[in-house]
Amino acid sequence: MSRYAAPGTEGALVTYQPRYDHWIGGAYVAPKQGGYFENPTPVNGQPFTEIARGTAEDVESAIDAAHAAAGPWGRTAPADRALVLHRVADRMEEHLEALAVAESWENGKPVRETLAADIPLAIDHFRYFAGVIRAQEGGISQIDEDTVAYHFHEPLGVVGQIIPWNFPLLMAVWKLAPALAAGNAVVLKPAEQTPASIHYWMSLVADLLPPGVVNIVNGFGAEAGKPLAASPRVAKIAFTGETTTGRLIMQYASESLKPVTLELGGKSPNIFFDDVSASEDAFLDKALEGFTLFALNQGEVCTCPSRALIQRGHYRDFLDAGIARTERIVQGHPLDTDTMVGAQASNDQLEKILSYLDIGRQEGARVLTGGERAELGGELAGGYYVRPTILEGGNRMRVFQEEIFGPVVSVTGFDGFDEAMSLANDTLYGLGAGVWSRDGNTAYRAGRAIQAGRVWTNCYHQYPAHAAFGGYKQSGIGRENHRMMLDHYQQTKNLLVSYGDAKMGLF
Amino acid sequence: MAEHTTAPKPPDVERVALTETAADLLRSLTRAHGPLMFHQSGGCCDGSSPMCYERGEFRTGEGDVLLGELRVDGVPEPVPFWISASQYEYWSHTHLTVDVVQGRGSGFSLEAPEGVRFLIRSRLLESGG
Repeated sequence: MSRYAAPGTEGALVTYQPRYDHWIGGAYVAPKQGGYFENPTPVNGQPFTEIARGTAEDVESAIDAAHAAAGPWGRTAPADRALVLHRVADRMEEHLEALAVAESWENGKPVRETLAADIPLAIDHFRYFAGVIRAQEGGISQIDEDTVAYHFHEPLGVVGQIIPWNFPLLMAVWKLAPALAAGNAVVLKPAEQTPASIHYWMSLVADLLPPGVVNIVNGFGAEAGKPLAASPRVAKIAFTGETTTGRLIMQYASESLKPVTLELGGKSPNIFFDDVSASEDAFLDKALEGFTLFALNQGEVCTCPSRALIQRGHYRDFLDAGIARTERIVQGHPLDTDTMVGAQASNDQLEKILSYLDIGRQEGARVLTGGERAELGGELAGGYYVRPTILEGGNRMRVFQEEIFGPVVSVTGFDGFDEAMSLANDTLYGLGAGVWSRDGNTAYRAGRAIQAGRVWTNCYHQYPAHAAFGGYKQSGIGRENHRMMLDHYQQTKNLLVSYGDAKMGLF
Repeated sequence: MAEHTTAPKPPDVERVALTETAADLLRSLTRAHGPLMFHQSGGCCDGSSPMCYERGEFRTGEGDVLLGELRVDGVPEPVPFWISASQYEYWSHTHLTVDVVQGRGSGFSLEAPEGVRFLIRSRLLESGG
């Protein structure tokens, strides 16, 4: 085990500034109304920096800066934009450990994950879109001998992005990389629970980005998010969060007829057919890890496999092994490299999880392990920790229907394929799903029958840039990742050109 | 998935209530913002949280159910509490109590800048709803 020093302490790789203003037009700008709010680390609940409390005036300034930058940036050669993205990626790679520690301190997630997943994935995302934009082609359609339709991709201009708190850097990069590659300027609002790590990131890459191409306005949804979402000078708004705010953002966007992309979460089923346990081998071991991934990132993942559906033939054996695997999870200080589960991101998130454990018990769910707050004591006293929890019950219970966003899985059994599909689809959401089977036909049919945008098949929680991610049903609109993401940040310009001399003959 | 062509009938038993702390917060938010409303969220991140808006800020429609109207001493008009009909279908057997905890919830809910967050506590409805 090794332990990274906490930011700002002796030997630390990272020091957060005591205060962050808004990043507008390539410089820090104080909030017009002068307000700031404290930003605590979930590791021990103590504030470590303060953040500008943005309002409509600040958002307007950022939109001004973005408009000034958008034209020149949109006209740069794709090769030049790609080079900027590559340089951002290289700079991040040089500072990978520091970014990983900054993110862990900000969010409470274990540094083991930020080192292995969050930051490497963010780096690769910039590289992926640097490659994709250079390979993108428009179209030429021959309408008749002398008439040609040219199709060009053009940037939208200035786009707004509202970032969630569960993967503060990675979710920002999922939105930034395609938007920048496509030639847009961005006004980004980080989540108020996790506003600081994006500023540390900016401190590393600011010299690589033309001023005004990326602007960061901090603040609360009602005060800074609304003017961004509602602005007629923003061409598109992207949001990751939950359903009511998603509807509200669509409503604001409708006022100026702007498109939205929304990623609103899910209640993802993770389905284990009997044949998974046919042999005690590496595949079974992998499947058990797949079950236990409900605790990844403390369960604060929109695609958390929070409903495990286990076929009744191997139900008891597989579940017992899953409980044992879960009880081996190491919970502790997020900056220890051995820690597998760290702190929930905020106190209200902790309270929400505990309220779900309460209603789960009332509804008759059995707690097979965990089921309570973890009081880790010492330097972690005051932090927001929950024991990884397995509940057993029925799919109509609230704990099977709402994203708890904690390290909690709800388990139930099924008899055959049809029942598994019926349970899997008995949800309002359709973001992710997992299917585990040694039989390719079963796995394929299940993957096609599940109403979800991403079906991991014999794997889970992998997020390569080249695979589309997004929701069916109430899980949202649009996709992230993959080349197709450029479509959400570009519009099509058609030039319809006649090369002939003959008139139409109508007038 | 259940199909919802029409909203369920308005609830006939009390389905939503307030703690005294939540009432206090509604009084101060009303002074700052005027008449208020709730809409219960679902999904990830800050899903499952009740979102508090200025009345009329969030547009409800035929796909929403009015779960109750919360009466608060000192607040002239009751505060309507809405939930989407599809979510109500899964929540209808539970009674909700709006409480307040320390924290910094995201979303556009009005109380977030105060360093507190509305939170739902639930219990089973005795009559089975």
